[in-house]
Amino acid sequence: MSDATRDIETLIEMMAKLPGLGPRSARRAVLHLIKKRAPLMTPLADAMHRVSASARECLNCGNIGTTDICDICAAEKRATGELCIVEDVADLWAMERGQAFKGRYHVLGGTLSALDAIGPEELRIPKLRDRIEAEGITEVILALNATIDGQTTAHYIAEQLEGRVAVTSLAQGVPIGGELDYLDDGTISAALKARKSF
Amino acid sequence: MEWRDQGALLSVRRHGETAAIIEVFTAEHGRHAGVVRGGTSRKIAPVLQPGTQLDVTWRARLDEHLGTFTVEPVQSRAAAVMSDRLALSGLNAACALLAFCLPEREAHPVLYRRTVALLDMLGQTEAWPLAYLRWELSLLDDMGFGLDLGQCAVTGTEAGLTYVSPKTGRAVSAAGAGEWADKLLPLPQSLLGQGALDPGGIREGLITTGFFLTKWLAPQLGDKPLPQARQRLIDALARQG
Repeated sequence: MSDATRDIETLIEMMAKLPGLGPRSARRAVLHLIKKRAPLMTPLADAMHRVSASARECLNCGNIGTTDICDICAAEKRATGELCIVEDVADLWAMERGQAFKGRYHVLGGTLSALDAIGPEELRIPKLRDRIEAEGITEVILALNATIDGQTTAHYIAEQLEGRVAVTSLAQGVPIGGELDYLDDGTISAALKARKSF
Repeated sequence: MEWRDQGALLSVRRHGETAAIIEVFTAEHGRHAGVVRGGTSRKIAPVLQPGTQLDVTWRARLDEHLGTFTVEPVQSRAAAVMSDRLALSGLNAACALLAFCLPEREAHPVLYRRTVALLDMLGQTEAWPLAYLRWELSLLDDMGFGLDLGQCAVTGTEAGLTYVSPKTGRAVSAAGAGEWADKLLPLPQSLLGQGALDPGGIREGLITTGFFLTKWLAPQLGDKPLPQARQRLIDALARQG
């Protein structure tokens, strides 16, 4: 095998490690990149090189950006006194896609888990307490997953912040475009409990 | 190899990109693990919450293989407890303790029935903390470390039981304790189903069962510490009491 062929094989092997890709789809992706070398492969390689050098975790909230303090934490207009707690950076990005929340975020980096022995110390909860004091937070919004682990974490945080700041959480119920017939019993029950005047 | 059974889901771990490894406490096959293909998908992941009652079919080429599960939800219990801090702690503690204590693939039919009854009570009735305490006693019993709280180990009387021996797990009355009283554990009346059954009383009972879980059972399981989820339940009861 020549060096060039070995490099391509290496690229395929690396691509196959990406989420959602296997050896066959990685091979197709690499072939596509090679065919579109100028418009796609070179800019992609440049972008990956730049991000590899600059990507880092925000020291304040745990978001991923290219500076020590991310754009959201640095923006003065987002200092609304509201702090949205999310489990993971992917959740933060999902919230930002909706453009509904104008405050700042705090990424926990996981949830409490008895099975995996993840306790409060392994999450960014001490940093959360510091931020509430330092940033004059008036409301903490718990935007954690509606799972047993997510809600266990939410209750734990609510306990820790009791009496210090208003704590709210995202509503649970029927999704936009959802049909009742296809909803699980738990969602219908939660939606019914959280019903509001119409 | 193939069997079908019902059981309560104890834990879920992600396995690769799309699969999950689950542990289920089943009626006839005890605590059993297996892979659920597509277990992290949007369709199946919401079903795989600890405490959920599942109808499972396990398949493997050989009995000693991990095998795969196909799962069908029977009853979701997550919604009933999610908004109740204490009940959620109870669910976590029960699932974590079962995953901690139970040997794999060994049926415990009595404990299974009591576990299902407890899980059904969580978030539904206010009496569940007492049911949880009694469930821990039956867990100790099923694991071979049952407490004998029926009569005094010294005098044989059934009245005035106030201590429990840390060495034998037998109840001792105040009269029978004599000069050994300071070496015995207090016997909370909640363990006898008497006295105040408020969160404080239940908590005292859990501290006593915790002693035997830690000193008797855990050393047989590699001397690992008890799951943190159990301590969080005790802390939650302390806040309520």
